[in-house]
Amino acid sequence: MERDDLIVNDSYALNAHHSEEAGAKIRRNIWKVTGILTILTTVEVLMGIYFKRSETFTWSMIKWTFIVLTLVKAAYIVLVFMHLGDERSNLKKVILAPYMLFIGYLLFIAITEGFGHFGLSNSFH
Amino acid sequence: MGGEASKAISKEILWGGGQSPFSVSYGKMMMWYFLVSDALTFGGLLTAYGFVRASSTDAWPIGEQVFRALPGLEGEYPLIYVALMTFILIVSSVTMVLAVEAGHRNNKSGVVRWLGLTIVGGFFFLGSQAWEWSHFIHGSGGSFLLAENVTVQSADGQTHELTKGDAVYMDHHFGHLAEPWLEGASNISLVENADGVKLIEVGEHSHEAALHGLTLNKYVENESQVEGAEALKLWNARSESFAFGANMHDNEYAIQQAYANFFFFITGFHGFHVFSGVVINIIIFIMAIKGVFERRKHYEMVEKVGLYWHFVDLVWVFVFTFFYLV
Repeated sequence: MERDDLIVNDSYALNAHHSEEAGAKIRRNIWKVTGILTILTTVEVLMGIYFKRSETFTWSMIKWTFIVLTLVKAAYIVLVFMHLGDERSNLKKVILAPYMLFIGYLLFIAITEGFGHFGLSNSFH
Repeated sequence: MGGEASKAISKEILWGGGQSPFSVSYGKMMMWYFLVSDALTFGGLLTAYGFVRASSTDAWPIGEQVFRALPGLEGEYPLIYVALMTFILIVSSVTMVLAVEAGHRNNKSGVVRWLGLTIVGGFFFLGSQAWEWSHFIHGSGGSFLLAENVTVQSADGQTHELTKGDAVYMDHHFGHLAEPWLEGASNISLVENADGVKLIEVGEHSHEAALHGLTLNKYVENESQVEGAEALKLWNARSESFAFGANMHDNEYAIQQAYANFFFFITGFHGFHVFSGVVINIIIFIMAIKGVFERRKHYEMVEKVGLYWHFVDLVWVFVFTFFYLV
């Protein structure tokens, strides 16, 4: 098979070109996302410094806030910076669905087992 | 963007053969597949970290307590340095996406400029990580474990019942001399008298460090300072287990060595990705300058390398959250 990224008349790469006006719009969007990512990171750092770790409900809510903010940042990076949002929806699903399914499962099972393990080593001291 | 992917093409034609059903080139699709598998590797590492941490019965160090130093400055700046590293990586991700955008307009000088800035950002990040590793490896003062149960009162009046195996932390000056002294340096001696404990170094630059105080729970919640006679009680109950900074065998930050090992492996593996990303960026940078992509009439290679570079940023976003914040 010929490598299509080396073909001069590669339709996919050539069709991705855009005009100067479209470029200006895209750049505005890039700077907007940059601002959002910077603000979210700043919020995370300030929360990290301000709130002290404890075994309270507040702390577990803060932990979840961190995780949600991280997922929002990840979504901006993948969908805007990596242009996955502009790809055909079948490619989006092929990339995202297996990953989310597998990592969701792995996280659930490992953390559940981890706490189970913690309980065991506590009760057999 | 736009291009082929934004065109409305019926399912029958898309999947009918003779073209990519995803409307992307072979190379770009394979970069995405590689990134999915690489993301699973990092996902697995962070999950393993979560498992070990959740199953740990000893207290786990807190990011803002461990990482609170800035180069060349005394004092405590929790998380500021890592936040700076995160910001550097986000900015270099932005310059990369601007290079890709310039490529879509066949703007050679734009691609070269933004790609160059991306490489600079990559080197800044690698340098920051090198400093952070160095700081982590050298540590700040070191710790020793207790050989017996001790009850002490901290400077704030609290009573602490410590058990055998608990960690006690030395200050920076005392630890600096304690490390060579324990290794048997002949020019360092320990002086214990009514005034307290002192380590004295003689030789070219002779100096001494007194045991002013010791710290409890330094890297976990409720850090407290123990001084004077109470500190001596802890010093006299010391075991042979001392740890200074971190290496592959022991670390001063946690009872569990897994903490240091995860730090080295996860940030090291990520750093290796950044390093290879910088190398690939430099190759693409040179190709862009030489006009390879101009002759090819498209800059898709910049887009593919850009995907990898954004992925490195993406991984850091997760490492930052799960290693430093949560």
